[in-house]
Amino acid sequence: MHTFDLAARGLRELNQALHALRGVQTNETVWEIVNTRGSHAIAVGVDAPLDITVRGTTGYYCAGMNKQATIRITGSAGPGVAENMMSGTVIVEGDASQYAGATGRGGLLVIKGNASSRCGISMKGIDIVVHGNIGHMSCFMAQSGHMVVLGDAGDALGDSLYEAKLFVRGKVKSLGADCIEKEMRPEHYEALEDLLRRGEATGKARPEEFRRYGSARKLYNFNIDNASAY
Amino acid sequence: MSDFPHTPPRYSATFTPAINAEIRRAAASGIYDIRGGGTKRHLPHFDDLLFLGASISRYPLEGYREKCATDVWLGTRYAKKPIHLDIPITIAGMSFGALSGPAKEALGRGASEAGTSTTTGDGGMTEEERGHSKTLVYQYLPSRYGMNPDDLRRADAIEVVVGQGAKPGGGGMLLGQKISDRVAMMRNLPKGIDQRSACRHPDWTGPDDLEIKILEIREITDWEKPIYVKVGGARPYYDTALAVKAGADVVVLDGMQGGTAATQDVFIEHVGMPILACIPQAVKALQDLGMHRKVQLIVSGGIRTGADVAKAMAMGADAVAIGTAALVALGDNDPKLESEYQKLNTTADAYDDWHEGKDPAGITTQDPELFKRFDPILGGRRLKNYLKVMTLEAQTIARACGKNHLHNLEPEDLVALNVEAAAMAGVPLAGTTWIPGRNGGF
Repeated sequence: MHTFDLAARGLRELNQALHALRGVQTNETVWEIVNTRGSHAIAVGVDAPLDITVRGTTGYYCAGMNKQATIRITGSAGPGVAENMMSGTVIVEGDASQYAGATGRGGLLVIKGNASSRCGISMKGIDIVVHGNIGHMSCFMAQSGHMVVLGDAGDALGDSLYEAKLFVRGKVKSLGADCIEKEMRPEHYEALEDLLRRGEATGKARPEEFRRYGSARKLYNFNIDNASAY
Repeated sequence: MSDFPHTPPRYSATFTPAINAEIRRAAASGIYDIRGGGTKRHLPHFDDLLFLGASISRYPLEGYREKCATDVWLGTRYAKKPIHLDIPITIAGMSFGALSGPAKEALGRGASEAGTSTTTGDGGMTEEERGHSKTLVYQYLPSRYGMNPDDLRRADAIEVVVGQGAKPGGGGMLLGQKISDRVAMMRNLPKGIDQRSACRHPDWTGPDDLEIKILEIREITDWEKPIYVKVGGARPYYDTALAVKAGADVVVLDGMQGGTAATQDVFIEHVGMPILACIPQAVKALQDLGMHRKVQLIVSGGIRTGADVAKAMAMGADAVAIGTAALVALGDNDPKLESEYQKLNTTADAYDDWHEGKDPAGITTQDPELFKRFDPILGGRRLKNYLKVMTLEAQTIARACGKNHLHNLEPEDLVALNVEAAAMAGVPLAGTTWIPGRNGGF
């Protein structure tokens, strides 16, 4: 394992070292980053099948635009963790701040604690599994992918939602414009089972405990009679 | 009685026929008017400024013989690989989606041949424009449609878009008519639905966050690429200062004459400031911070001629960007197509329903039958010609003012024709030494 002391060597050297492994055949695939001290932009733009453990708590945009790598944050994550992730897996053992998984286009984001507001905003294909609760305006304008919440959701869940599929086990404080509860069909139970397994939540919750939310699709083409929804 | 002359019909200056027509249209449809382009109202503009030229105290340079350089460096503050352009006239961001693939290709061809850059838009990067653009600026927008690290790395610069002149505070709008399979796929959305892009970025708000966002983009791209920050003409002094503080290499400032693919007419006409009023404030912010020429300023919104280029640069800009003018150069709104414009209940040079995707010129459309009409090679050549002409015009003026580089043009070369332009541009009213408001601040 390659241990990188962020406090001693600095952010630029860290990201440059990780980027140097893009497209390279190497056995230097297991990394540990220590002394993070809430730094921003840790392990951003990684594009290699690495196994990275970030020990401690991170600032903004940890694992931003990740491709291929599995990045595990042992503490809590600041705003925009795994923003625009393309593929791979990001796991936050603690809580996540605002905009977790924003605009993510692929891969899996797992948050073992709670996620703050705007979790999954504008998500475009990413799967997000939150073991705790999510804050207000989560999944705003979410386009595609799955959001699984084992706890509760805050106000205005899925406002202006497109085709993302939302599963919440607990209470939803309120639904946003054009977001409605939808029927759970067999394929949804199957998808949930898989997401719970991959999201390290097997045994914590069962698919049949969740309710599904999706777009009513009333705002897809402008109609003056729906203007009050905005 | 009938022998007396009648009072002739008199139109109201408040309730004009055009205003009344809009009231009737709104009453009939229940929907605000959506259109493309920039503001159509009369505004103080570069036309209200004149160059003084040479005199006894300033000697001119010989046309065609004495050199007048036009090149510009962009991104020299932090980027490891700043951009060097032959001419200071760049092509502004216009999306694939708003424009057809062949139109994007033509912009790339023309700009590359003329030695300048093109810019993506709110729809991701296409192969057409990457392949044909020697220098391509990749926009980082609130929607993040198509955003990915590979395209970030194959861009030559990255432009974080906070706003645009046509609609400062508004997001993108692409209506269902233009969402073809390809556009839908690039944006991860179903075909045929209206796309109203967010007006704020999803993962940052305010200048302190922007600084961290710029740090992240620099880290992802290993500090190679210049980072531009684009703002609409709203509060240019503060926006410029905050962009500099956040770490921008280049500030792009777009006045309300700048076009959009589609938005509400009320937004285009009533929000934002003309570019003439914006430039001095941005330049002052850069000067106050000691960053003028270190952080470069690109201005846009109503740039049409080499004279406009020269005036913008004399006011302190490092470069300009053109959008609407580039489309006209490609063939948009050409009177040759008048019969087709008539079928759309409009006329050449006034067509602005770009959001409907029926552009007879095949430029602002996703209809394969229409965009087949557009020849990207010919379009590229026309754009190159136009860019060359603008450059020659700007050089002509610069030489007349005794300048051996366009960047040596200065406010002292300018006067204004009216009080409004003098106050906005910060140059004296012609024939006087009076700069309105100069001692009273902005």
